[in-house]
Amino acid sequence: MAREMWLDLASSLELAWRLTVRDLSAQYRQTFLGFLWAIIMPLANTLVWVFLSRSGVVNVSDTLLPYPVYVFTGTMLWAILMDALNAPLQIVTASKIMLAKINFPREALVVAGIYQTMVNALIKVALLLIALLVMGIHPDWSLLLFPIGLLSLILVGTLIGLALTPVGLLYADVGKAIPLLMQFLMYLTPVVFAMPKEGLPATLFQLNPLTPLILTARDWLTGFTPEHLGYFVVVNVVSIVLLFMFWVVFRLAMPILIERIGS
Amino acid sequence: MWYGMRDIGSELLGRRHGTDGVLRREEFWAVKGISFELKRGDCLGLIGHNGAGKTTLLRMLNGLIKPDQGRIEMRGKVGALIALGAGFNPVLTGRENIYVNAAVLGMNKRHVDGKIDEIIDFAEIREFINSPVQTYSSGMNVRLGFAVAAILIEPDILFLDEVLAVGDIGFAIKCLNTVRRISNKSAVVFVSHNMQQISWFSTRVMVMDHGSVLIDSSNPSEGIDQYYGLVKHEKQISGTGEAEIYSVELMVSNQYVDSLEPTIPHGAEIGFRIKLHISSNRSGAVMQVNISDEAMNQVVCMPVNNIDGKLNKFPAGELDIQVSMGTVELASGKYSIMVAVMDPKTNESLSRVQGLSPFRVISDRVHWGKIVRHIVPQQVNVLMPPV
Repeated sequence: MAREMWLDLASSLELAWRLTVRDLSAQYRQTFLGFLWAIIMPLANTLVWVFLSRSGVVNVSDTLLPYPVYVFTGTMLWAILMDALNAPLQIVTASKIMLAKINFPREALVVAGIYQTMVNALIKVALLLIALLVMGIHPDWSLLLFPIGLLSLILVGTLIGLALTPVGLLYADVGKAIPLLMQFLMYLTPVVFAMPKEGLPATLFQLNPLTPLILTARDWLTGFTPEHLGYFVVVNVVSIVLLFMFWVVFRLAMPILIERIGS
Repeated sequence: MWYGMRDIGSELLGRRHGTDGVLRREEFWAVKGISFELKRGDCLGLIGHNGAGKTTLLRMLNGLIKPDQGRIEMRGKVGALIALGAGFNPVLTGRENIYVNAAVLGMNKRHVDGKIDEIIDFAEIREFINSPVQTYSSGMNVRLGFAVAAILIEPDILFLDEVLAVGDIGFAIKCLNTVRRISNKSAVVFVSHNMQQISWFSTRVMVMDHGSVLIDSSNPSEGIDQYYGLVKHEKQISGTGEAEIYSVELMVSNQYVDSLEPTIPHGAEIGFRIKLHISSNRSGAVMQVNISDEAMNQVVCMPVNNIDGKLNKFPAGELDIQVSMGTVELASGKYSIMVAVMDPKTNESLSRVQGLSPFRVISDRVHWGKIVRHIVPQQVNVLMPPV
């Protein structure tokens, strides 16, 4: 079983790359603004939150970083996580017909999702770095560690997405519920809010496994020393173990799902 | 859907639903009790009505879904011509899509690079190969899809599902020849509704009905004959109702046959006795008798003439008409009779009944054609003897 899994994964790499090239070139051929879309949403989000906090509608506690930078990096990193999370279900759903008719390593779809997320993430990060320089933040050597933060965001996103895929293929409810739940989860993660100091929110923020991911990645990016490194490592190790488990689930579930998809 | 969730659950626990042969509510066996073995060079033709389980069987063979019971063993590389043009993205050009499609079929880029010109030429779309696929006609799309699959795969085991009739006639023939070339080197499972293709390819025929095998025969014409037995010829009546056909009886060698669906050997003498009633003959009704095949194609058309070679005008009233058709030159298959009574002036049909007296023609050989006439050369001149 394990050997077969690795063989399938290895043989799916080329196909995954082909699918990635296909989807990305199709995607960018049909837009005028192209990769600028990667930044438009987070930028709009940042403007909204800066407006809300300046006008006093929402009271945001002080952050070490200038608040606009804090929100902008937060929403950008969150967008990368969401990309990774949505990718598996989205790409498997889009390939239903192919799945129902052709026998190819199913891992290719998930890997293609990861590739696409990575390419899009690199574009986002490049734009983010430019924006940081413009806003007067100069990252230091800890920027070299940032790719680890980026990869763990993609890892956890892919894990959640992969876990939801089998159920999501059977019930369309999953696809509809994800944006809602993730929106809620975003407010429990220091994306637009700073870490609360006390009370129930503080506990929830502390427990939320996404908190160390966002905070550590942001700290590395902006030259601060990450405070939650221990929890960050724990989350990553647990995620890797879970990723393997859900990979097995995905493999076993696929033939049954294809039965239900029909041709 | 809930069954799907439960199946995934039990699969994770290492159990497989259905191994005990118990079905849940609203479930049925799509394919049951099928067993066969194929060697290289064999071709199994699968025939049956829509929903008989042919495609489900192919999907199991292809490894897409798992059988609940039983096992499948295959040795060698499996190739399938099933979903043509899988993974095509309409925005990308034909050339880009060739690589995508090939990757889905498990081919690496180097392999495709060497064959890309062959693929483009086969699909006959060289001038459009750099245009987006969404601008292609549907014919161009399937041609490209077929070309990619047919040129690239070199399988030991080949599955074909109704893909041979793509494109126009010229291209369809090219496809048939290509598939024939591939299939010589492999074991083939072939699903089709085209009996001529089945008889041309198959060394063995399996007729499926409701998920099980009705007949498994190494004589394709026998299997095809059985399949024709399943085809129902339905009676269809149209016309103004000024005439009514009571019955059409079949005569073989001047003997009435009264069995429900008689089998007639190829080459027998047949005739018909038609009983009908014409209530208004207008200016003298004329009649035409046709023989239709299982797809309701009119194969033989027999206008009923008088001795002068003109259409015979029938008077009104109850009529009992006997006509002889002569030797049956029909290929083996299932046929039925259509009788039409018309007003010759207005061409209005007083009565037209299709699907009467179905009968089967049997022959020990399968022929490519609906009418078979064996011919003998009158003269053979050898112009140049072999050197």
